[in-house]
Amino acid sequence: MVDRPILELTDLVKTFGALRATDGVTLDLRAGEIHALIGPNGAGKSTLIHQICGTQQQDSGTIRFAGRDIGRMGVSERARLGLGRTFQVSSLAPEFSALRNVMLAVQAKGGSSFRFFRPVMRDRALIDQGMAMLERVGLAQRANIPAAELSHGERRQLEIAIALALGSKAFLLDEPMAGMGPEGSKRLTGFLDGLRHEAPILLVEHDMDAVFALADRISVLVYGRIIATGTVEDIRRDPAVRAAYLGDHA
Amino acid sequence: MILSLALEQLLNGLQLGVMLFLMAAGLTLIFGVMGLINLAHGSLYMVGAFACAVVAAATGSFWLGLAASLVAAAAAGAIVEFLVIRKLYDRDHLDQVLATFALILVFSEGARWVFGSFPLYLDIPPLLAGAVPLPGIEAYPLYRLAIIGVGALVALGLYLLISKTRLGMRIRAGESDREMIAALGVDIRTLYTVVFALGSALAGLAGALVGALQSVQVGMGEPVLILAFVVIVIGGIGSIKGALVGALIVGLTDTLGRFLLPPLLGLVMPASTAATVGASLAAMLIYIVMALVLAFRPRGLFPAKA
Amino acid sequence: MTLSRETVINLVLALALLIVPVVASQMGQPFTVTLATRIAVLALAATGLNIALGLGGLVSFGHAAFFGIGGYAAGILASHVFSGEPMPFGFEGSNQMPVIWIFAVMACGLAGLAIGAISLRTSGVYFIMITLAFAQMIYYFAVSWPAYGGEDGLSILVRNQFPGINTMLPLSFFLLSYGVLIVCIGLFALLRNARFGTALQAARQNEVRVASVGISPYGIRLTAFVLSAMMTGLAGALYADLNKFVSPSMLSWHMSGELIVLIILGGTGRLFGPVAGAMLYVIFEFALGGITERWQFFLGLILLGVVLFARGGLIGLLAGKARHG
Repeated sequence: MVDRPILELTDLVKTFGALRATDGVTLDLRAGEIHALIGPNGAGKSTLIHQICGTQQQDSGTIRFAGRDIGRMGVSERARLGLGRTFQVSSLAPEFSALRNVMLAVQAKGGSSFRFFRPVMRDRALIDQGMAMLERVGLAQRANIPAAELSHGERRQLEIAIALALGSKAFLLDEPMAGMGPEGSKRLTGFLDGLRHEAPILLVEHDMDAVFALADRISVLVYGRIIATGTVEDIRRDPAVRAAYLGDHA
Repeated sequence: MILSLALEQLLNGLQLGVMLFLMAAGLTLIFGVMGLINLAHGSLYMVGAFACAVVAAATGSFWLGLAASLVAAAAAGAIVEFLVIRKLYDRDHLDQVLATFALILVFSEGARWVFGSFPLYLDIPPLLAGAVPLPGIEAYPLYRLAIIGVGALVALGLYLLISKTRLGMRIRAGESDREMIAALGVDIRTLYTVVFALGSALAGLAGALVGALQSVQVGMGEPVLILAFVVIVIGGIGSIKGALVGALIVGLTDTLGRFLLPPLLGLVMPASTAATVGASLAAMLIYIVMALVLAFRPRGLFPAKA
Repeated sequence: MTLSRETVINLVLALALLIVPVVASQMGQPFTVTLATRIAVLALAATGLNIALGLGGLVSFGHAAFFGIGGYAAGILASHVFSGEPMPFGFEGSNQMPVIWIFAVMACGLAGLAIGAISLRTSGVYFIMITLAFAQMIYYFAVSWPAYGGEDGLSILVRNQFPGINTMLPLSFFLLSYGVLIVCIGLFALLRNARFGTALQAARQNEVRVASVGISPYGIRLTAFVLSAMMTGLAGALYADLNKFVSPSMLSWHMSGELIVLIILGGTGRLFGPVAGAMLYVIFEFALGGITERWQFFLGLILLGVVLFARGGLIGLLAGKARHG
């Protein structure tokens, strides 16, 4: 069972009234890969992400993660199993410093949050681990800045640091490049390239340069359906994809 | 005899429910459209009652008083909306609670300043005085029947207003999407003021109607306000239908609980204990009902938004 | 180590609250001591609420329930000492504050657990209204249950005792209340900076964030709500002893509103916000109350001004924005 994918979606369906936002999606994420999920706006990428991390519930179909059926679990339970995500719109504790944001993840990973007396800012182990994660994403100098005052790109980095701190078994990155300048995108691309060896990445992204540079496999989602899955070359050549999606850019 | 008493209590419960609906409809409308929690709604109820009592005393006509209550409450609502409330729409609920709590202090103490601490009395209009026989009941106060009628009319009127008129269309649009309604070119500020004034007028009407049953005094709005909160929590905040159903549930539960619990408990315990326990339980009953509803439906019976 | 501006302000407030009544007592002005005790006890109640509201963002509009339950714990236990009648469930009455406090805190913990468990299933306006409604339920119960005075309330004939302290002396009782307040503010500070406080405050700022690192916000919030109820309940027991009287008005929704007002006047989530708020409130009450019977009218106007224009409260005004680690 070593080769079994870490994340498997099977026949996932989610409807909103008459709209089939997710229409029988089957998708997997294997060890060591970056699997990019692309598709035009309104294709249902966000809805799919919501179902994987548990903020929405699928109508039918299964979601297996790390060998367990997680389809009916709550958000925090899935996170504890090692599903690390970043958000399309940065989702941090805005009043907390970058460091304390990461430390929240470290404390969640490394034990109980029901400790009432010891100040976290004197907890050497907690701080060291938090700083180590910030260093990995290149945010160490900004450790004491409140998240609300970080730049857009820095917040993205911080989100990744949090996912790293959770020791996630898989990363679910929702448009990490969005709003980043070319310089930042390049740096982040390099970083994600190395990250795949730590844990596989399901990457939802609009930045095609980044997708083509990073992805081992690409799945194309249109109107809630996966119309193609394959390598970068497969997808570039796929006529259905060209018609439905890439055609817009040609 | 027992049956007639029970029927009478049923009607009393219905009448209380109707009163609560008048309050709850305004609260829930204001929350649904503007996202505002308004604690001062009870103050507008009080304004309506005072206006009715003062004008009725001066002119000798309850009906002029009733008209005055609508005008006064709507005007007070519009002024408060203009001066204070519109600064609160994009604030969090805590700020809304505090500011409208502050408004209660201002209204209550202001009223005490002007009218003193002694209650005013408002007589039932001669046209509606007396009692009428009903099937199964020897005589039921006509005025209470009239209140039930007014409630039914208001419910119907609100239904027509919201589903059939231009204003109603805007209200519905405002509930679902504030940006969209602004994009449609509707003057959202005016719409909000109108909705607030409408809710206030309903509260004022309720105050005036109840004023003739009880006395008109400072602080009269507060118990009603809290009951109205229970109503809209049960019904689903933002839903007029929920307000109607919730109001009837609360009105009937409260009235019948007070009537039925002591004798029912009397079957299993001594009468004097039963009277005490029954009265205490009855006082808590609607809150127990609310807790039960929420345990199964955390967003009320008719959740207004997904 | 340099002290932050907020720390200096906190120290000044703490010292002022201590020194003024001590001096006043020397000068033979017991009324000032009573006012200071009132400030200390209200500040304690609001510090309890500040755990839920300030740290957790849980706008409980029903904390009077816990304040009142704490008060009734003091009144009821004391009344059984006087009447000599046994209490239900085999408990015995007591006029010893430590015993009363334990009762008050446990009772409020249980009530907080029950109310919180249901209320926290909801959020936003629902939460506000449900906590309000639960407090009303207890209020009406107290009004309609005749055994302990019903609507008229219950007098505590002689103030309850504390080992080694003559609680009948105003200054001694003040110092006792002040001591409890300072200990509880210390607990609040520890809580705020510990892992629990991190998770609780993060859940206020961003619930999804907390859930997606694997912490369930519900458990954190429920714990906070219970702790908050306990501390407010302890204040209620002291308040009953201060007035030597407890009545349903301690359970009323005005009381709940006032507790929130104290926090806002002082500064939400700030360590000494409740102290600053309680000082302002009691001084307003005293100063305005001396000029006009209608002081609440002006309180309303002032409160409106604070909400609309000075959101940080007094501490925010003096010390600037809050800083977190």
